[in-house]
Amino acid sequence: MIRRLAPVALAVAGALTLAACGGASDKAEPELDPTKLTIYSAQHKNLVDAWVKGFEADTGVKVQVRQGKDASMGNQLVAEGDKTPADVFLTENSPAITVVQDAGLLATVDQSTLDQVQEAYRPSSGEWVGIAARSTVLIYNPSKISEAELPASMLDLADPKWKDKWGGAPAGADFQAIVSGMLEAKGEDQTKTWLKGLKDNAKVYQNNIATMKAVNAGEVPMGIMYHYYWYRDQALTKEGSKNTKLHYFKGEDVGAFVSVSGGGVLKASDRAADAQKFLGWITGPKGQETLATSKSMEYAVGQGVASDPALPTLESLQAPKVDPFALDGPAVIRLMTEAGIL
Amino acid sequence: MRTNTLARRGVGAMTPVVVVAVLVSAVCVLPLVVIAAAAMDAGPGEAIASLLRPRVGELLRNTTLLVIVTTSACIALGVGGAWLVERTDLPGARWWRIALVAPLAVPAFVNAYAWVSLRPSLTGLGGAALITTLSYTPFVFLPVAALLRGLDNAWEDTARSLGLGPWRTFARIVLPQVRPAILGGGLLVALHLLAEFGVLALIRFPTFTTAILEQYEAAFDTSAGAVLAVALMALTAIVLTGERFARGRRSHARIGAGVKRRVQPAPLRKWRVPTLLALTAYVALSLGVPGYSLVHWLGRDGAPILSTDLVTALASTLGLALAAGLLTTAAALPVAFLLHHHRTPLTETIERVTYLASSLPGVVVALALVTLAIRWIGPLYQTSLLLVIAYAILFIPRAMVSIRAALAHAPSGLMEASRSLGVGPWQTARRVLLPLILPGLLSGFALVFLATCVELTATLLLAPTGTTTLATGFWAASDSLDYAAAAPYALAMILVSAPLTWLIMTREAKDPS
Repeated sequence: MIRRLAPVALAVAGALTLAACGGASDKAEPELDPTKLTIYSAQHKNLVDAWVKGFEADTGVKVQVRQGKDASMGNQLVAEGDKTPADVFLTENSPAITVVQDAGLLATVDQSTLDQVQEAYRPSSGEWVGIAARSTVLIYNPSKISEAELPASMLDLADPKWKDKWGGAPAGADFQAIVSGMLEAKGEDQTKTWLKGLKDNAKVYQNNIATMKAVNAGEVPMGIMYHYYWYRDQALTKEGSKNTKLHYFKGEDVGAFVSVSGGGVLKASDRAADAQKFLGWITGPKGQETLATSKSMEYAVGQGVASDPALPTLESLQAPKVDPFALDGPAVIRLMTEAGIL
Repeated sequence: MRTNTLARRGVGAMTPVVVVAVLVSAVCVLPLVVIAAAAMDAGPGEAIASLLRPRVGELLRNTTLLVIVTTSACIALGVGGAWLVERTDLPGARWWRIALVAPLAVPAFVNAYAWVSLRPSLTGLGGAALITTLSYTPFVFLPVAALLRGLDNAWEDTARSLGLGPWRTFARIVLPQVRPAILGGGLLVALHLLAEFGVLALIRFPTFTTAILEQYEAAFDTSAGAVLAVALMALTAIVLTGERFARGRRSHARIGAGVKRRVQPAPLRKWRVPTLLALTAYVALSLGVPGYSLVHWLGRDGAPILSTDLVTALASTLGLALAAGLLTTAAALPVAFLLHHHRTPLTETIERVTYLASSLPGVVVALALVTLAIRWIGPLYQTSLLLVIAYAILFIPRAMVSIRAALAHAPSGLMEASRSLGVGPWQTARRVLLPLILPGLLSGFALVFLATCVELTATLLLAPTGTTTLATGFWAASDSLDYAAAAPYALAMILVSAPLTWLIMTREAKDPS
């Protein structure tokens, strides 16, 4: 008798499932509008919003942005393959866009766009282009360590003498880009040794901001991070950086590595012309000017555009010369896993 | 002959339910299979090498130490608190009971945020153990206090009359009787610790779960991450088996429930003041710190408490929680129905499989679904549906418990009577069964809904790009140490969790069993 009720239980369950699917699709999924140019962006939201605003005003092309992170977004594009709704991909660091390029998903960037970016900040492949840049810095707390005592090279930080004296966020894409620069410049053996030193010596923080605040609070005397977190905090409240200073390694040291943020057009884009136009706009004078005045404190990479005046010029950083195209993200992950960091 | 035919026809009617139930448990067990397969990606040799690297030893040590320290501390505090509240002349016992359950309303990672934002140097095993203990003690306190309240105290009285002091009575008579509740609570604490991500990331104490998320963030879908997940699954299995083993076969049954009388409370005497001080200190740490921290950060730096971002996140969260609640209840209903009306070896296997899979940490389930989606079922990748499926796998036991309890309380005679009066099966279901089990369905739904509202780990991995929930919005802010921006999200999660905590407290008060 009871068993006759079984179909009812199923029917109720079915109805609930249908309701659940309805709830899942109409509440949580931000619908992508097929009439708009779609940007997948792992760059900082404020900067991209400023770009989009300027581009829309200038061209009348409507843009929508999906916000994500380097590694997961790059791999999302690979998973979506030629069915992706994305037209443009913007990253914080080049390894993520290299993943998409290696999957053969990027179209060649218009020559006019490539030409307006300084040569050091575009890959030899021409399948993507630098849109911004950030520099590696050593942040230190002068009350814990004097400038004279600082190591001469980032490689020295692997020395046992610096145990527990420095921090970093090796699980993040930013730090991994720095290591990929080291791998390209110094080769696998030296990078392995350095990573072993990192494992032994460094205090591990969850990201650049946590590193900066730890140095500021005197928890650790020095830290490896990107420059712009510090300049942004200085431009605002200084709450996370007032007790700290920046040190630039210079002299083409691996610690002077400049990471290139990339932008590319997806082959699968059905609005390729607008996508190329967008990339051209953000790397052109107006886009780079927007970047320089956005207080994002990232470096402009366009020909003849100056970055925020608070920053030392890119040329003065004496960064090591590496082709951003050659940076091998997956190899860095493998080496860091082997070293027991990940 | 006749009964045989009936039974056969009955089985026939059950077949679709059995099929659905098998399907549900197959989906639940899928993560296990996918992770194991992904771990073997690079071949067994590589997998073993990856398992034997020093980093895994380090993670194993951290994870095990944390489980041992926190579980022991939670048991000590939870049992101690339950005894004080239920068996002594503690002044204001009623209020203390509420105060000891209330930390449930503060998600553990919000508690960690509260501590870290006030004391940034809090890190390592000590910090992790402190915060998880404060957050998880109610898991032990609740069942132990409930059991103590319902316990016939004749044995205790007998022991006392034979000259045993209150302490020894507790150790020799009460403790053995509440053992199942202690083990059950301890198991819950241990499983939560294995799955914990937010607290340990903020405290910077790496365990398997945090390492898996780091691997995912850095490299996405790697066999190294899957190998770590396998190790975590093995630990989960060890904890589950350990609890089974410890529960043993000792029985404290007696015939009849006995007569409940007001227990003669043990006098605290000179311990009264120190006890009150200790309890006050405990409540100050577990509730006072998060409360103070929230007040401290809310609205600081001119950050608005109610922003459009927060409202959007709240809407997404409620939408997802609604979907997860519905889907999970839907998935649990056939399984619960089957277990209630049709116990066979197959259905018992279904039950075990569902529970085992649901003990897996959220990160494992999420990682498995990511792997599955990008390798085999591309269209589901980065959809809310996949996230809702993960919630269903994680929270199905919560719905099952409520629905099964409701089914158990729905006398089948009523439905037979209805049918014998000529009412059709659909009508009977609608007019008799549904009203009877509706409260169970609703409370199952509510439990899943609220668990979803504060889920962090699986949401971080599976939320479609562009979707922010309260938990991930909170996480984005507190991860970059923007404590003021995180505070409104924390407050919203506490406000959402509070009704559940209230529900649990009132239910415990009403029905001490």
